[in-house]
Amino acid sequence: MAEPFQPAPDPGAVGALVPPSHLGGGGRTTGQTVQKILPFVVFGMALLAWELVVRINSIPHYILPAPTLVLGTLWDNLGSLMVSWLYTMKITFGALLLAVVGGVALAMLFALNKWVELCLFPFAIVLQVTPIVAIAPLILIFIDSTTAALLLCAWIVAFFPILSNTVVGLRSADHNLRDLFTLYRASPWQTLRFLLVPSAMPYFIAGLKIAGGLSLIGAVVAEFTAGAAGKETGLASRILEASFRTEIPKMFAALVLVSLTGIMIYLVFMGVSRLVLGKWHESEIKSSR
Amino acid sequence: MSTLLELRGIEKRYDNGTLALAGVDLAVGRHEFVSLLGPSGCGKSTALKMIAGLSPVTAGSIDWTDKSADHAKDISFVFQEPTLMPWTQVFENVWLPLRLKGVSRQAAKPQIDAVLDKVGLAQFAHVYPRELSGGMKMRVSIARAMVTEPRLLLMDEPFAALDEMTRFKLNNDTLALWQAQQFTTIFVTHSVYESVYLSKRIIVMAARPGRIIADIPVDEPYPRLDSFRNTPRYAELCVKVSQALQRAGDHHG
Repeated sequence: MAEPFQPAPDPGAVGALVPPSHLGGGGRTTGQTVQKILPFVVFGMALLAWELVVRINSIPHYILPAPTLVLGTLWDNLGSLMVSWLYTMKITFGALLLAVVGGVALAMLFALNKWVELCLFPFAIVLQVTPIVAIAPLILIFIDSTTAALLLCAWIVAFFPILSNTVVGLRSADHNLRDLFTLYRASPWQTLRFLLVPSAMPYFIAGLKIAGGLSLIGAVVAEFTAGAAGKETGLASRILEASFRTEIPKMFAALVLVSLTGIMIYLVFMGVSRLVLGKWHESEIKSSR
Repeated sequence: MSTLLELRGIEKRYDNGTLALAGVDLAVGRHEFVSLLGPSGCGKSTALKMIAGLSPVTAGSIDWTDKSADHAKDISFVFQEPTLMPWTQVFENVWLPLRLKGVSRQAAKPQIDAVLDKVGLAQFAHVYPRELSGGMKMRVSIARAMVTEPRLLLMDEPFAALDEMTRFKLNNDTLALWQAQQFTTIFVTHSVYESVYLSKRIIVMAARPGRIIADIPVDEPYPRLDSFRNTPRYAELCVKVSQALQRAGDHHG
């Protein structure tokens, strides 16, 4: 009969199974702590320098307000700013959601059919290369509802990175794995679910990270173009308003909220990326060396 | 020995006019271990893909003796790279062929556990491929091929990228599986030594266009152990096969 199969694993492989954190010495953890704290320390010092420059040179607040004044103004106007902030968030995430749905759906169509891509891709490129500031006034004329017009503007900006990344991702599946799926007679649905979607995931998430920031930019830029008209207004309108009245600290306060929103979006998608790709994709795996 | 399948006048011409294979005739018996050996560009991998139905045949035919059976479900393929899905664990990777046939995780589990045990990876079911060494990844790839209990296993230079010690070990393991499970193996390689150690029969191919120039039987009984590599018979066969391969090189030189 056959000789028994030797179950011993290959030499050198066992070491790779130890989680990276077990490999480092005590010095590594202090290094990691410093790495985490350092950006905050530097940022804090920059704010402090700003505060000092303003105070020492007694720069008037209508030219450059000190960080403490900005923070105070933010606190005083929190009620009205929050309403605007929620509106900007609504546009940003609404547009992003539509960009994801539209971008992914169109990317799948492109991946399934070359002709669809050939016919529609030029339109996608036109949308991508036309500056949003240039077409926003037109969109605002064509569409009655300001909210819908702003959504469309932000969507146009956020849509392309999702589409182009997902298209590349769906095409990036390993050709041998494709052959394997063919050999085992996988249905198109099975191939999509078990092979194409997981292969596309790193690309899609990279697109999502870009689109997240862009949808916020799109929402703000479009609102700038729309002006402060209408009942429902976002942070861009607050900034415009404050600039007309030379309320510079209030401008800064609204700006801080825009920045915070951007940072939040960035962090959320970093988290999503880690959650989805953390266990397997090179981009999220920390080197054990 | 009864025939499992027969290639008759197989030809492969690519769209750009290149003739990759010309007039290849080859009968493969049940439970044979056949190696296709030849220089790069001799169409040995192409022949394998054609048998698997992954590459269309331009002329000629591939005839199966048992015409009633559904052959596609009897074939498994092991590529030169492990070709695992990096986003799922070893268990899910081995489950794939069964999953695509609609077998649930619960129903597939006994088979998957058994096949992982056979390749010595029972403790590694819930580990991601990236955590494994090259040799272990290849074992997972073999386990995935074995889980459907195929009648024909096609292997395309599966161990070419591995170090020699790992390759020797996987050679032995492959032979052990082949003897235990009674399937047919067609093994593509460019190594004379590997082909002599493993095969019952070595088909030597020449390039431009790809064709068979020698059919050398290896009449050494199984099980073959590492000591076979030290016998005069092994050396003699290696010389014979090398000379045939040399002729293959001269043919298009």
